[in-house]
Amino acid sequence: MASNANETNGPAVSCRGVGKIWAAGTSRAHEALKDIDLEIEPGEFVVLLGPSGCGKSTLLYLIAGLEEKTSGLLTYFGDAVSAPSPDRSLIFQETSLFPWLSVWENVSFGLQIRGESEPDRRAAAKEVLQRVGLAEAGSKRPDELSGGMRQRVAVARALAMRPRVLLMDEPFAALDVQTRQKMQDFLIDVWRDSGASVVFVTHHIDEAVALADRVCVFTSRPGRIKETVKVDLPRPRDPFSPECEELRKQLTQLLKDEVDRAFEEQEKMAEAV
Amino acid sequence: MAAVSTDRTSVGETGKIAGGQKSPPAPAGLTLPEPLREILPKIGWTLVSVGMFSLIWEILWAIGWADPKLLPPPHIFLGDFADQAKFFNTAQRWAIGVSASAGPSPWQAVLITVVSSAMRVFVGITIAALLALSLGVAIRYWVAVERLTLPTVTLLSPVSPIAWLPVAIFLFGIGNAPAIFMVVIALFFHMTIATINHIDGVNRNLINVARTMGATKAQIYRRVIIPAILPGVFVILRLNLFGAWMVVLIAESTGVGYGLGQVIMLARNTFNPSLVFFCIALIGFLGFATDYAMRMVQKRVLYWVNDPSGVLRGL
Ligand SMILES: Nc1ncnc2c1ncn2[C@@H]1O[C@H](COP(=O)(O)OP(=O)(O)OP(=O)(O)O)[C@@H](O)[C@H]1O
Ligand SMILES: [Mg+2]
Repeated sequence: MASNANETNGPAVSCRGVGKIWAAGTSRAHEALKDIDLEIEPGEFVVLLGPSGCGKSTLLYLIAGLEEKTSGLLTYFGDAVSAPSPDRSLIFQETSLFPWLSVWENVSFGLQIRGESEPDRRAAAKEVLQRVGLAEAGSKRPDELSGGMRQRVAVARALAMRPRVLLMDEPFAALDVQTRQKMQDFLIDVWRDSGASVVFVTHHIDEAVALADRVCVFTSRPGRIKETVKVDLPRPRDPFSPECEELRKQLTQLLKDEVDRAFEEQEKMAEAV
Repeated sequence: MAAVSTDRTSVGETGKIAGGQKSPPAPAGLTLPEPLREILPKIGWTLVSVGMFSLIWEILWAIGWADPKLLPPPHIFLGDFADQAKFFNTAQRWAIGVSASAGPSPWQAVLITVVSSAMRVFVGITIAALLALSLGVAIRYWVAVERLTLPTVTLLSPVSPIAWLPVAIFLFGIGNAPAIFMVVIALFFHMTIATINHIDGVNRNLINVARTMGATKAQIYRRVIIPAILPGVFVILRLNLFGAWMVVLIAESTGVGYGLGQVIMLARNTFNPSLVFFCIALIGFLGFATDYAMRMVQKRVLYWVNDPSGVLRGL
Protein backbone atom coordinates (compact mmCIF):
# COMPACT_ATOMS: atom_id res chain seq x y z
CA MET A 1 0.00 0.00 0.00
CA ALA A 2 2.79 2.39 0.91
CA SER A 3 4.57 1.96 -2.41
CA ASN A 4 1.78 3.30 -4.52
CA ALA A 5 3.31 5.13 -7.48
CA ASN A 6 0.77 7.93 -7.32
CA GLU A 7 1.34 8.57 -3.70
CA THR A 8 4.52 10.59 -3.76
CA ASN A 9 3.39 13.11 -6.32
CA GLY A 10 0.17 15.03 -6.32
CA PRO A 11 -2.45 15.81 -3.72
CA ALA A 12 -4.47 13.20 -1.87
CA VAL A 13 -7.72 14.85 -2.86
CA SER A 14 -8.19 17.40 -5.56
CA CYS A 15 -11.36 19.36 -6.33
CA ARG A 16 -11.50 21.45 -9.49
CA GLY A 17 -14.60 23.53 -9.99
CA VAL A 18 -16.69 21.02 -8.11
CA GLY A 19 -20.37 21.83 -7.80
CA LYS A 20 -23.36 20.01 -6.36
CA ILE A 21 -26.99 20.69 -7.09
CA TRP A 22 -29.32 18.56 -5.00
CA ALA A 23 -32.33 17.21 -6.89
CA ALA A 24 -30.89 18.64 -10.09
CA GLY A 25 -33.39 19.00 -12.91
CA THR A 26 -36.44 19.07 -10.67
CA SER A 27 -38.41 22.00 -9.34
CA ARG A 28 -36.78 21.41 -5.96
CA ALA A 29 -33.28 21.82 -7.36
CA HIS A 30 -31.00 23.37 -4.78
CA GLU A 31 -27.45 24.48 -5.37
CA ALA A 32 -25.40 23.49 -2.35
CA LEU A 33 -21.86 23.88 -3.67
CA LYS A 34 -20.37 25.94 -6.47
CA ASP A 35 -16.90 26.08 -7.99
CA ILE A 36 -15.01 24.42 -5.19
CA ASP A 37 -11.27 24.43 -5.83
CA LEU A 38 -9.42 22.58 -3.10
CA GLU A 39 -6.32 20.45 -2.93
CA ILE A 40 -5.53 18.37 0.12
CA GLU A 41 -1.97 17.15 0.45
CA PRO A 42 -1.13 13.76 1.95
CA GLY A 43 -0.90 14.12 5.71
CA GLU A 44 -2.44 17.56 5.75
CA PHE A 45 -5.03 18.71 8.29
CA VAL A 46 -7.64 20.87 6.56
CA VAL A 47 -10.54 22.43 8.43
CA LEU A 48 -13.69 23.50 6.59
CA LEU A 49 -15.37 26.34 8.44
CA GLY A 50 -18.68 27.84 7.47
CA PRO A 51 -22.19 28.77 8.52
CA SER A 52 -24.86 26.11 8.91
CA GLY A 53 -26.28 24.88 5.62
CA CYS A 54 -23.43 26.10 3.45
CA GLY A 55 -22.65 22.65 2.09
CA LYS A 56 -19.78 21.43 4.27
CA SER A 57 -21.33 18.01 4.80
CA THR A 58 -22.19 17.87 1.13
CA LEU A 59 -18.55 18.36 0.18
CA LEU A 60 -17.47 15.56 2.49
CA TYR A 61 -20.08 13.27 0.93
CA LEU A 62 -18.71 14.09 -2.51
CA ILE A 63 -15.13 13.38 -1.46
CA ALA A 64 -16.22 10.14 0.22
CA GLY A 65 -17.93 9.13 -3.01
CA LEU A 66 -21.34 8.73 -1.36
CA GLU A 67 -22.94 11.36 -3.59
CA GLU A 68 -22.31 12.35 -7.21
CA LYS A 69 -21.00 15.80 -7.94
CA THR A 70 -22.95 17.63 -10.62
CA SER A 71 -20.01 19.52 -12.11
CA GLY A 72 -16.23 19.77 -11.98
CA LEU A 73 -13.47 17.28 -11.41
CA LEU A 74 -12.84 15.37 -8.20
CA THR A 75 -9.85 13.05 -7.88
CA TYR A 76 -8.26 10.92 -5.20
CA PHE A 77 -4.52 10.42 -5.77
CA GLY A 78 -5.12 11.17 -9.41
CA ASP A 79 -8.10 8.81 -9.92
CA ALA A 80 -11.59 10.14 -10.42
CA VAL A 81 -13.81 9.50 -7.40
CA SER A 82 -16.77 7.44 -8.52
CA ALA A 83 -17.67 5.23 -5.54
CA PRO A 84 -17.02 5.03 -1.80
CA SER A 85 -13.77 3.43 -0.73
CA PRO A 86 -12.40 2.19 2.59
CA ASP A 87 -9.39 4.44 1.94
CA ARG A 88 -11.59 7.45 2.59
CA SER A 89 -13.37 6.99 5.91
CA LEU A 90 -16.18 9.33 6.82
CA ILE A 91 -17.22 10.03 10.39
CA PHE A 92 -20.78 11.28 10.33
CA GLN A 93 -22.30 14.30 12.01
CA GLU A 94 -24.89 12.16 13.79
CA THR A 95 -24.05 9.01 15.68
CA SER A 96 -23.99 6.16 13.27
CA LEU A 97 -23.01 3.12 15.30
CA PHE A 98 -24.88 -0.09 14.62
CA PRO A 99 -27.09 -0.53 17.69
CA TRP A 100 -27.22 -4.31 17.33
CA LEU A 101 -23.45 -4.75 17.46
CA SER A 102 -21.22 -4.45 20.48
CA VAL A 103 -18.53 -1.78 20.52
CA TRP A 104 -15.76 -4.05 19.27
CA GLU A 105 -18.01 -5.51 16.57
CA ASN A 106 -18.84 -1.99 15.45
CA VAL A 107 -15.18 -1.08 15.32
CA SER A 108 -14.29 -4.16 13.28
CA PHE A 109 -17.31 -3.98 11.00
CA GLY A 110 -15.24 -2.92 8.01
CA LEU A 111 -12.74 -5.71 8.62
CA GLN A 112 -15.57 -8.22 8.63
CA ILE A 113 -16.70 -6.81 5.30
CA ARG A 114 -13.19 -7.46 4.04
CA GLY A 115 -13.50 -11.02 5.27
CA GLU A 116 -10.92 -11.00 8.05
CA SER A 117 -11.06 -13.76 10.65
CA GLU A 118 -12.56 -13.19 14.07
CA PRO A 119 -9.29 -13.36 16.05
CA ASP A 120 -7.74 -10.81 13.70
CA ARG A 121 -10.75 -8.57 14.05
CA ARG A 122 -10.72 -8.81 17.83
CA ALA A 123 -7.06 -7.94 17.92
CA ALA A 124 -7.47 -5.00 15.57
CA ALA A 125 -10.49 -3.70 17.47
CA LYS A 126 -8.62 -3.96 20.75
CA GLU A 127 -5.73 -1.97 19.37
CA VAL A 128 -7.81 0.90 17.98
CA LEU A 129 -10.05 1.00 21.02
CA GLN A 130 -6.94 1.40 23.11
CA ARG A 131 -5.96 4.33 20.92
CA VAL A 132 -9.25 6.10 21.66
CA GLY A 133 -9.10 5.23 25.36
CA LEU A 134 -11.95 2.76 25.35
CA ALA A 135 -10.05 -0.48 25.82
CA GLU A 136 -12.46 -1.59 28.54
CA ALA A 137 -15.66 -0.86 26.66
CA GLY A 138 -15.29 -3.43 23.88
CA SER A 139 -18.17 -5.64 24.91
CA LYS A 140 -20.64 -2.86 25.70
CA ARG A 141 -23.46 -1.88 23.42
CA PRO A 142 -23.57 1.62 21.86
CA ASP A 143 -26.60 2.72 23.84
CA GLU A 144 -24.69 2.05 27.06
CA LEU A 145 -22.10 4.70 26.14
CA SER A 146 -22.08 8.45 26.58
CA GLY A 147 -22.20 10.70 23.53
CA GLY A 148 -18.48 11.41 23.67
CA MET A 149 -17.64 7.74 23.98
CA ARG A 150 -19.83 6.96 20.98
CA GLN A 151 -17.99 9.50 18.87
CA ARG A 152 -14.70 7.98 19.95
CA VAL A 153 -15.97 4.58 18.89
CA ALA A 154 -16.90 6.09 15.52
CA VAL A 155 -13.37 7.47 15.24
CA ALA A 156 -11.97 4.07 16.17
CA ARG A 157 -14.14 2.41 13.55
CA ALA A 158 -12.82 4.76 10.89
CA LEU A 159 -9.21 4.28 12.04
CA ALA A 160 -9.52 0.49 11.95
CA MET A 161 -9.74 0.73 8.18
CA ARG A 162 -6.36 2.54 8.12
CA PRO A 163 -7.71 5.20 5.77
CA ARG A 164 -5.44 7.63 3.94
CA VAL A 165 -8.05 10.35 4.10
CA LEU A 166 -10.15 10.80 7.20
CA LEU A 167 -13.29 12.85 6.62
CA MET A 168 -14.83 14.16 9.83
CA ASP A 169 -18.17 15.94 9.90
CA GLU A 170 -18.44 17.99 13.10
CA PRO A 171 -17.57 14.91 15.13
CA PHE A 172 -17.25 16.75 18.43
CA ALA A 173 -20.10 19.22 18.01
CA ALA A 174 -22.23 17.65 20.72
CA LEU A 175 -19.51 17.51 23.37
CA ASP A 176 -18.78 19.86 26.23
CA VAL A 177 -15.80 22.16 25.99
CA GLN A 178 -13.45 20.09 28.19
CA THR A 179 -14.25 16.80 26.51
CA ARG A 180 -13.92 18.42 23.12
CA GLN A 181 -10.48 19.72 24.05
CA LYS A 182 -9.38 16.23 25.07
CA MET A 183 -10.79 14.77 21.89
CA GLN A 184 -8.91 17.36 19.83
CA ASP A 185 -5.62 16.51 21.51
CA PHE A 186 -6.31 12.87 20.97
CA LEU A 187 -7.21 13.46 17.32
CA ILE A 188 -3.94 15.29 16.73
CA ASP A 189 -2.03 12.33 18.21
CA VAL A 190 -3.92 9.85 16.08
CA TRP A 191 -3.45 11.98 12.99
CA ARG A 192 0.31 12.20 13.60
CA ASP A 193 0.60 8.43 14.06
CA SER A 194 -1.48 7.51 11.05
CA GLY A 195 -0.08 9.98 8.55
CA ALA A 196 -3.53 10.29 6.98
CA SER A 197 -4.94 13.51 5.61
CA VAL A 198 -7.81 14.88 7.66
CA VAL A 199 -10.67 16.98 6.36
CA PHE A 200 -12.45 18.28 9.42
CA VAL A 201 -15.74 20.15 9.26
CA THR A 202 -16.72 22.47 12.07
CA HIS A 203 -18.45 25.74 12.76
CA HIS A 204 -16.41 26.31 15.91
CA ILE A 205 -13.70 28.85 15.33
CA ASP A 206 -11.75 27.68 18.39
CA GLU A 207 -11.71 24.17 17.02
CA ALA A 208 -10.36 25.40 13.69
CA VAL A 209 -7.67 27.38 15.48
CA ALA A 210 -6.62 24.41 17.57
CA LEU A 211 -6.43 21.85 14.78
CA ALA A 212 -5.85 23.19 11.31
CA ASP A 213 -2.89 23.35 8.99
CA ARG A 214 -5.22 25.24 6.75
CA VAL A 215 -8.70 26.67 7.28
CA CYS A 216 -11.09 27.02 4.35
CA VAL A 217 -13.84 29.50 5.14
CA PHE A 218 -17.05 28.90 3.19
CA THR A 219 -19.56 31.40 1.92
CA SER A 220 -23.21 30.75 2.61
CA ARG A 221 -25.30 29.17 -0.08
CA PRO A 222 -24.31 28.20 -2.56
CA GLY A 223 -21.20 27.16 -0.67
CA ARG A 224 -17.96 28.43 -2.10
CA ILE A 225 -14.53 28.75 -0.58
CA LYS A 226 -14.31 32.37 0.39
CA GLU A 227 -10.82 32.37 1.74
CA THR A 228 -8.12 29.92 2.74
CA VAL A 229 -6.05 30.74 5.82
CA LYS A 230 -2.79 28.91 6.38
CA VAL A 231 -1.92 28.21 10.01
CA ASP A 232 1.78 27.73 10.62
CA LEU A 233 1.77 27.32 14.38
CA PRO A 234 3.38 24.41 16.21
CA ARG A 235 1.11 22.04 18.13
CA PRO A 236 0.00 21.82 20.85
CA ARG A 237 -1.24 25.36 20.52
CA ASP A 238 -1.89 27.70 23.38
CA PRO A 239 -5.35 29.06 22.57
CA PHE A 240 -4.48 32.32 24.36
CA SER A 241 -1.26 33.05 22.53
CA PRO A 242 -1.24 36.29 20.51
CA GLU A 243 -1.01 34.35 17.23
CA CYS A 244 -4.08 32.32 18.06
CA GLU A 245 -5.97 35.41 19.17
CA GLU A 246 -5.09 37.08 15.91
CA LEU A 247 -6.22 34.06 13.89
CA ARG A 248 -9.43 33.84 15.85
CA LYS A 249 -10.18 37.48 15.16
CA GLN A 250 -9.54 37.01 11.47
CA LEU A 251 -11.76 33.93 11.20
CA THR A 252 -14.49 35.55 13.28
CA GLN A 253 -14.65 38.49 10.91
CA LEU A 254 -14.68 36.26 7.82
CA LEU A 255 -17.44 34.13 9.26
CA LYS A 256 -19.53 36.96 10.62
CA ASP A 257 -20.04 38.49 7.18
CA GLU A 258 -21.22 35.13 5.89
CA VAL A 259 -23.61 34.48 8.73
CA ASP A 260 -25.10 37.96 8.28
CA ARG A 261 -25.53 37.28 4.59
CA ALA A 262 -27.09 33.90 5.24
CA PHE A 263 -29.63 35.43 7.61
CA GLU A 264 -30.53 38.20 5.18
CA GLU A 265 -31.06 35.65 2.46
CA GLN A 266 -33.23 33.47 4.63
CA GLU A 267 -35.34 36.45 5.58
CA LYS A 268 -35.77 37.38 1.94
CA MET A 269 -36.82 33.85 1.18
CA ALA A 270 -39.30 33.90 4.03
CA GLU A 271 -40.80 37.14 2.69
CA ALA A 272 -41.06 35.68 -0.78
CA VAL A 273 -43.09 32.81 0.63
CA MET B 1 -53.95 -6.89 46.03
CA ALA B 2 -52.05 -8.04 49.08
CA ALA B 3 -50.03 -10.52 47.04
CA VAL B 4 -48.87 -7.78 44.74
CA SER B 5 -47.70 -5.44 47.42
CA THR B 6 -45.59 -8.13 49.11
CA ASP B 7 -43.94 -8.74 45.74
CA ARG B 8 -42.95 -5.12 45.60
CA THR B 9 -41.32 -5.05 49.00
CA SER B 10 -39.51 -8.32 48.39
CA VAL B 11 -37.86 -6.82 45.31
CA GLY B 12 -36.54 -3.91 47.31
CA GLU B 13 -35.29 -6.04 50.19
CA THR B 14 -33.54 -8.64 48.06
CA GLY B 15 -31.77 -5.77 46.34
CA LYS B 16 -30.46 -4.53 49.66
CA ILE B 17 -29.41 -7.97 50.75
CA ALA B 18 -27.52 -8.53 47.52
CA GLY B 19 -25.61 -5.29 48.21
CA GLY B 20 -24.41 -6.25 51.70
CA GLN B 21 -21.94 -9.12 51.63
CA LYS B 22 -22.26 -10.74 55.03
CA SER B 23 -25.87 -10.14 55.89
CA PRO B 24 -27.68 -12.99 57.66
CA PRO B 25 -29.33 -15.53 55.34
CA ALA B 26 -32.46 -14.05 53.91
CA PRO B 27 -35.83 -15.56 54.76
CA ALA B 28 -36.74 -18.11 52.10
CA GLY B 29 -39.68 -16.11 50.77
CA LEU B 30 -37.57 -13.08 49.91
CA THR B 31 -34.93 -14.60 47.64
CA LEU B 32 -36.91 -15.22 44.51
CA PRO B 33 -34.92 -15.84 41.36
CA GLU B 34 -34.76 -12.75 39.16
CA PRO B 35 -37.10 -13.82 36.32
CA LEU B 36 -39.73 -14.73 38.88
CA ARG B 37 -39.36 -11.37 40.59
CA GLU B 38 -40.12 -9.71 37.27
CA ILE B 39 -43.02 -11.92 36.31
CA LEU B 40 -44.87 -12.21 39.61
CA PRO B 41 -46.01 -8.57 39.86
CA LYS B 42 -47.18 -8.72 36.25
CA ILE B 43 -49.18 -11.87 36.84
CA GLY B 44 -50.49 -10.33 40.05
CA TRP B 45 -51.77 -7.23 38.30
CA THR B 46 -53.27 -9.29 35.51
CA LEU B 47 -55.23 -11.28 38.07
CA VAL B 48 -56.31 -8.09 39.80
CA SER B 49 -57.45 -6.56 36.53
CA VAL B 50 -59.35 -9.62 35.36
CA GLY B 51 -60.69 -10.15 38.87
CA MET B 52 -62.04 -6.63 38.99
CA PHE B 53 -64.09 -7.03 35.84
CA SER B 54 -65.26 -10.48 36.87
CA LEU B 55 -66.37 -9.04 40.18
CA ILE B 56 -68.41 -6.32 38.48
CA TRP B 57 -70.01 -9.00 36.35
CA GLU B 58 -70.75 -11.18 39.37
CA ILE B 59 -72.28 -8.22 41.17
CA LEU B 60 -74.47 -7.45 38.17
CA TRP B 61 -75.59 -11.05 38.26
CA ALA B 62 -76.15 -11.00 42.02
CA ILE B 63 -78.41 -7.95 41.87
CA GLY B 64 -80.24 -9.54 38.96
CA TRP B 65 -79.19 -7.19 36.14
CA ALA B 66 -77.24 -9.84 34.21
CA ASP B 67 -79.50 -12.65 33.07
CA PRO B 68 -77.59 -15.90 33.73
CA LYS B 69 -79.17 -17.46 30.63
CA LEU B 70 -77.73 -14.78 28.36
CA LEU B 71 -74.76 -13.38 30.28
CA PRO B 72 -73.72 -16.17 32.66
CA PRO B 73 -71.07 -14.79 35.07
CA PRO B 74 -67.66 -16.45 35.39
CA HIS B 75 -68.53 -18.77 38.26
CA ILE B 76 -71.21 -20.35 36.06
CA PHE B 77 -69.36 -20.73 32.75
CA LEU B 78 -66.09 -21.71 34.41
CA GLY B 79 -67.79 -23.71 37.13
CA ASP B 80 -68.49 -27.02 35.48
CA PHE B 81 -65.35 -27.71 33.51
CA ALA B 82 -66.22 -31.28 32.57
CA ASP B 83 -69.62 -30.21 31.35
CA GLN B 84 -68.10 -27.60 29.06
CA ALA B 85 -65.25 -29.83 27.99
CA LYS B 86 -67.57 -32.45 26.53
CA PHE B 87 -68.26 -30.06 23.65
CA PHE B 88 -64.58 -30.03 22.85
CA ASN B 89 -64.58 -33.72 22.16
CA THR B 90 -64.49 -32.93 18.48
CA ALA B 91 -61.45 -34.88 17.49
CA GLN B 92 -63.55 -38.03 17.22
CA ARG B 93 -66.93 -36.49 16.79
CA TRP B 94 -67.51 -37.82 13.32
CA ALA B 95 -65.80 -41.13 13.74
CA ILE B 96 -68.34 -43.88 13.16
CA GLY B 97 -68.92 -46.18 16.07
CA VAL B 98 -67.65 -43.77 18.67
CA SER B 99 -70.22 -42.77 21.21
CA ALA B 100 -70.35 -39.21 22.47
CA SER B 101 -69.11 -40.25 25.88
CA ALA B 102 -66.11 -42.18 24.59
CA GLY B 103 -62.86 -40.52 23.62
CA PRO B 104 -60.43 -38.30 25.45
CA SER B 105 -60.91 -37.04 28.98
CA PRO B 106 -62.29 -33.49 29.42
CA TRP B 107 -58.82 -31.99 29.88
CA GLN B 108 -57.46 -33.85 26.89
CA ALA B 109 -60.37 -32.77 24.72
CA VAL B 110 -59.88 -29.11 25.53
CA LEU B 111 -56.17 -29.45 25.09
CA ILE B 112 -56.46 -31.14 21.68
CA THR B 113 -58.75 -28.39 20.45
CA VAL B 114 -56.66 -25.57 21.82
CA VAL B 115 -53.39 -27.00 20.58
CA SER B 116 -54.70 -27.57 17.10
CA SER B 117 -55.96 -23.98 16.87
CA ALA B 118 -52.74 -22.59 18.32
CA MET B 119 -50.66 -24.72 15.96
CA ARG B 120 -52.52 -23.28 12.97
CA VAL B 121 -51.88 -19.75 14.20
CA PHE B 122 -48.22 -20.47 14.81
CA VAL B 123 -47.54 -22.25 11.52
CA GLY B 124 -49.51 -19.67 9.57
CA ILE B 125 -47.80 -16.69 11.12
CA THR B 126 -44.37 -18.26 10.66
CA ILE B 127 -44.96 -18.97 6.99
CA ALA B 128 -46.44 -15.51 6.45
CA ALA B 129 -43.53 -13.79 8.18
CA LEU B 130 -40.88 -15.70 6.24
CA LEU B 131 -42.61 -15.14 2.91
CA ALA B 132 -43.31 -11.47 3.55
CA LEU B 133 -39.80 -10.75 4.75
CA SER B 134 -38.29 -12.51 1.75
CA LEU B 135 -40.55 -10.84 -0.78
CA GLY B 136 -40.21 -7.40 0.86
CA VAL B 137 -36.42 -7.61 0.76
CA ALA B 138 -36.45 -9.01 -2.78
CA ILE B 139 -38.68 -6.16 -3.93
CA ARG B 140 -36.19 -3.60 -2.72
CA TYR B 141 -33.18 -5.62 -3.84
CA TRP B 142 -34.24 -6.25 -7.44
CA VAL B 143 -36.22 -3.62 -9.31
CA ALA B 144 -37.60 -6.31 -11.60
CA VAL B 145 -39.20 -8.09 -8.64
CA GLU B 146 -40.72 -4.82 -7.51
CA ARG B 147 -42.19 -4.09 -10.94
CA LEU B 148 -43.61 -7.57 -11.31
CA THR B 149 -45.01 -8.17 -7.82
CA LEU B 150 -45.57 -4.93 -5.92
CA PRO B 151 -48.65 -3.77 -7.88
CA THR B 152 -50.41 -7.07 -7.25
CA VAL B 153 -49.43 -7.12 -3.58
CA THR B 154 -50.71 -3.57 -3.16
CA LEU B 155 -53.96 -4.40 -4.93
CA LEU B 156 -54.62 -7.50 -2.85
CA SER B 157 -53.64 -6.13 0.55
CA PRO B 158 -56.96 -4.37 1.27
CA VAL B 159 -58.98 -7.50 0.45
CA SER B 160 -60.59 -8.83 3.60
CA PRO B 161 -59.42 -12.31 4.57
CA ILE B 162 -63.07 -13.40 4.68
CA ALA B 163 -63.15 -13.05 0.91
CA TRP B 164 -60.41 -15.65 0.68
CA LEU B 165 -62.39 -18.21 2.65
CA PRO B 166 -64.04 -19.85 -0.36
CA VAL B 167 -60.68 -19.95 -2.10
CA ALA B 168 -59.20 -21.72 0.92
CA ILE B 169 -61.91 -24.35 0.71
CA PHE B 170 -61.61 -24.74 -3.10
CA LEU B 171 -57.89 -25.19 -2.84
CA PHE B 172 -57.47 -27.17 0.33
CA GLY B 173 -60.83 -28.70 1.24
CA ILE B 174 -61.03 -29.22 4.99
CA GLY B 175 -58.40 -29.84 7.62
CA ASN B 176 -55.38 -27.85 8.74
CA ALA B 177 -54.28 -26.56 5.36
CA PRO B 178 -57.13 -24.13 4.63
CA ALA B 179 -56.97 -22.60 8.12
CA ILE B 180 -53.24 -22.08 7.80
CA PHE B 181 -53.73 -20.71 4.30
CA MET B 182 -56.19 -18.19 5.71
CA VAL B 183 -53.71 -16.98 8.30
CA VAL B 184 -50.96 -16.66 5.71
CA ILE B 185 -53.14 -14.80 3.24
CA ALA B 186 -54.50 -12.48 5.94
CA LEU B 187 -51.02 -11.41 7.06
CA PHE B 188 -48.79 -11.80 4.04
CA PHE B 189 -49.73 -8.71 2.01
CA HIS B 190 -49.70 -6.28 4.93
CA MET B 191 -46.44 -7.63 6.21
CA THR B 192 -44.79 -7.40 2.80
CA ILE B 193 -45.73 -3.76 2.48
CA ALA B 194 -44.67 -3.05 6.05
CA THR B 195 -41.31 -4.71 5.39
CA ILE B 196 -40.76 -2.44 2.40
CA ASN B 197 -41.67 0.62 4.48
CA HIS B 198 -39.23 -0.42 7.16
CA ILE B 199 -36.46 -0.94 4.61
CA ASP B 200 -37.09 2.56 3.24
CA GLY B 201 -36.92 3.93 6.78
CA VAL B 202 -33.49 2.51 7.63
CA ASN B 203 -31.16 5.29 8.78
CA ARG B 204 -29.23 6.42 5.72
CA ASN B 205 -26.10 7.00 7.77
CA LEU B 206 -25.91 3.35 8.75
CA ILE B 207 -26.08 2.34 5.11
CA ASN B 208 -23.52 4.98 4.20
CA VAL B 209 -21.13 3.75 6.89
CA ALA B 210 -21.24 0.31 5.32
CA ARG B 211 -20.78 1.80 1.87
CA THR B 212 -17.68 3.76 2.89
CA MET B 213 -16.25 0.53 4.23
CA GLY B 214 -16.58 -1.08 0.86
CA ALA B 215 -19.59 -3.28 1.56
CA THR B 216 -21.34 -4.79 -1.44
CA LYS B 217 -25.08 -4.54 -1.94
CA ALA B 218 -25.56 -8.06 -0.63
CA GLN B 219 -23.45 -7.30 2.45
CA ILE B 220 -25.37 -4.10 3.11
CA TYR B 221 -28.65 -5.99 3.02
CA ARG B 222 -27.39 -8.84 5.18
CA ARG B 223 -25.42 -6.87 7.75
CA VAL B 224 -27.26 -3.55 7.94
CA ILE B 225 -30.74 -3.52 6.46
CA ILE B 226 -32.04 -6.80 7.79
CA PRO B 227 -30.86 -6.27 11.39
CA ALA B 228 -32.15 -2.71 11.23
CA ILE B 229 -35.67 -3.71 10.17
CA LEU B 230 -36.03 -6.73 12.45
CA PRO B 231 -37.42 -4.81 15.45
CA GLY B 232 -40.07 -3.17 13.29
CA VAL B 233 -40.96 -6.43 11.60
CA PHE B 234 -41.29 -8.09 14.96
CA VAL B 235 -43.73 -5.44 16.15
CA ILE B 236 -45.85 -6.05 13.08
CA LEU B 237 -45.74 -9.73 13.85
CA ARG B 238 -46.99 -9.13 17.37
CA LEU B 239 -49.74 -6.80 16.21
CA ASN B 240 -50.85 -9.32 13.63
CA LEU B 241 -50.91 -12.14 16.11
CA PHE B 242 -54.38 -11.14 17.21
CA GLY B 243 -55.46 -10.90 13.60
CA ALA B 244 -54.17 -14.41 13.05
CA TRP B 245 -56.21 -15.73 15.98
CA MET B 246 -59.32 -14.05 14.59
CA VAL B 247 -58.84 -15.51 11.14
CA VAL B 248 -58.24 -18.98 12.46
CA LEU B 249 -61.47 -18.84 14.45
CA ILE B 250 -63.37 -17.74 11.37
CA ALA B 251 -61.80 -20.45 9.26
CA GLU B 252 -62.60 -23.10 11.83
CA SER B 253 -66.13 -21.89 12.44
CA THR B 254 -67.06 -22.32 8.79
CA GLY B 255 -66.26 -25.99 8.91
CA VAL B 256 -62.79 -25.77 7.55
CA GLY B 257 -61.62 -27.99 10.36
CA TYR B 258 -62.09 -28.64 14.02
CA GLY B 259 -60.86 -26.29 16.68
CA LEU B 260 -61.92 -23.49 18.97
CA GLY B 261 -63.77 -21.68 16.21
CA GLN B 262 -65.89 -24.70 15.61
CA VAL B 263 -66.76 -25.03 19.28
CA ILE B 264 -67.91 -21.40 19.24
CA MET B 265 -70.03 -22.12 16.19
CA LEU B 266 -71.49 -25.11 17.98
CA ALA B 267 -72.24 -22.91 20.98
CA ARG B 268 -73.99 -20.42 18.75
CA ASN B 269 -76.07 -23.01 16.96
CA THR B 270 -77.12 -24.73 20.17
CA PHE B 271 -77.64 -21.42 21.95
CA ASN B 272 -75.20 -22.07 24.78
CA PRO B 273 -73.97 -18.72 26.21
CA SER B 274 -71.95 -20.47 28.89
CA LEU B 275 -69.91 -22.25 26.24
CA VAL B 276 -69.47 -19.02 24.29
CA PHE B 277 -68.03 -17.25 27.31
CA PHE B 278 -65.94 -20.25 28.22
CA CYS B 279 -64.39 -20.12 24.73
CA ILE B 280 -63.90 -16.37 24.94
CA ALA B 281 -62.05 -16.80 28.23
CA LEU B 282 -59.93 -19.53 26.69
CA ILE B 283 -59.12 -17.47 23.60
CA GLY B 284 -58.28 -14.46 25.70
CA PHE B 285 -55.91 -16.50 27.77
CA LEU B 286 -54.30 -18.04 24.68
CA GLY B 287 -53.83 -14.68 23.00
CA PHE B 288 -52.26 -13.35 26.17
CA ALA B 289 -49.95 -16.34 26.46
CA THR B 290 -48.83 -16.20 22.83
CA ASP B 291 -48.21 -12.47 23.04
CA TYR B 292 -46.16 -13.05 26.15
CA ALA B 293 -44.17 -15.77 24.41
CA MET B 294 -43.52 -13.45 21.47
CA ARG B 295 -42.30 -10.74 23.80
CA MET B 296 -39.88 -13.17 25.38
CA VAL B 297 -38.59 -14.11 21.93
CA GLN B 298 -38.31 -10.43 21.08
CA LYS B 299 -36.23 -9.80 24.18
CA ARG B 300 -33.89 -12.63 23.25
CA VAL B 301 -33.52 -11.96 19.54
CA LEU B 302 -33.69 -8.17 19.62
CA TYR B 303 -31.60 -7.64 22.70
CA TRP B 304 -30.47 -4.18 21.56
CA VAL B 305 -33.96 -2.67 21.50
CA ASN B 306 -34.68 -0.88 24.74
CA ASP B 307 -37.98 -1.36 26.43
CA PRO B 308 -39.50 2.13 26.30
CA SER B 309 -42.25 1.45 28.80
CA GLY B 310 -39.94 2.32 31.70
CA VAL B 311 -39.48 5.84 30.39
CA LEU B 312 -43.18 6.24 29.74
CA ARG B 313 -44.02 5.11 33.24
CA GLY B 314 -41.64 7.74 34.58
CA LEU B 315 -43.61 10.55 32.94
N1 LIG C 1 -29.99 14.82 0.78
C1 LIG C 1 -30.27 16.10 0.46
N2 LIG C 1 -31.22 16.39 -0.45
C2 LIG C 1 -31.50 17.66 -0.78
N3 LIG C 1 -30.88 18.74 -0.26
C3 LIG C 1 -29.93 18.53 0.66
C4 LIG C 1 -29.57 17.20 1.07
N4 LIG C 1 -28.57 17.29 1.98
C5 LIG C 1 -28.35 18.61 2.14
N5 LIG C 1 -29.13 19.35 1.35
C6 LIG C 1 -29.13 20.81 1.23
O1 LIG C 1 -27.83 21.23 0.89
C7 LIG C 1 -27.46 22.37 1.65
C8 LIG C 1 -26.16 22.09 2.33
O2 LIG C 1 -26.35 21.08 3.30
P1 LIG C 1 -25.18 20.51 4.20
O3 LIG C 1 -25.75 19.42 5.01
O4 LIG C 1 -24.04 20.18 3.32
O5 LIG C 1 -24.85 21.76 5.11
P2 LIG C 1 -23.76 21.91 6.26
O6 LIG C 1 -22.84 22.96 5.84
O7 LIG C 1 -23.21 20.59 6.59
O8 LIG C 1 -24.64 22.45 7.45
P3 LIG C 1 -24.53 22.10 9.02
O9 LIG C 1 -23.38 22.86 9.56
O10 LIG C 1 -25.82 22.62 9.57
O11 LIG C 1 -24.38 20.63 9.15
C9 LIG C 1 -28.58 22.66 2.62
O12 LIG C 1 -29.26 23.82 2.17
C10 LIG C 1 -29.48 21.46 2.56
O13 LIG C 1 -30.82 21.88 2.58
MG1 LIG D 1 -23.40 19.24 8.14
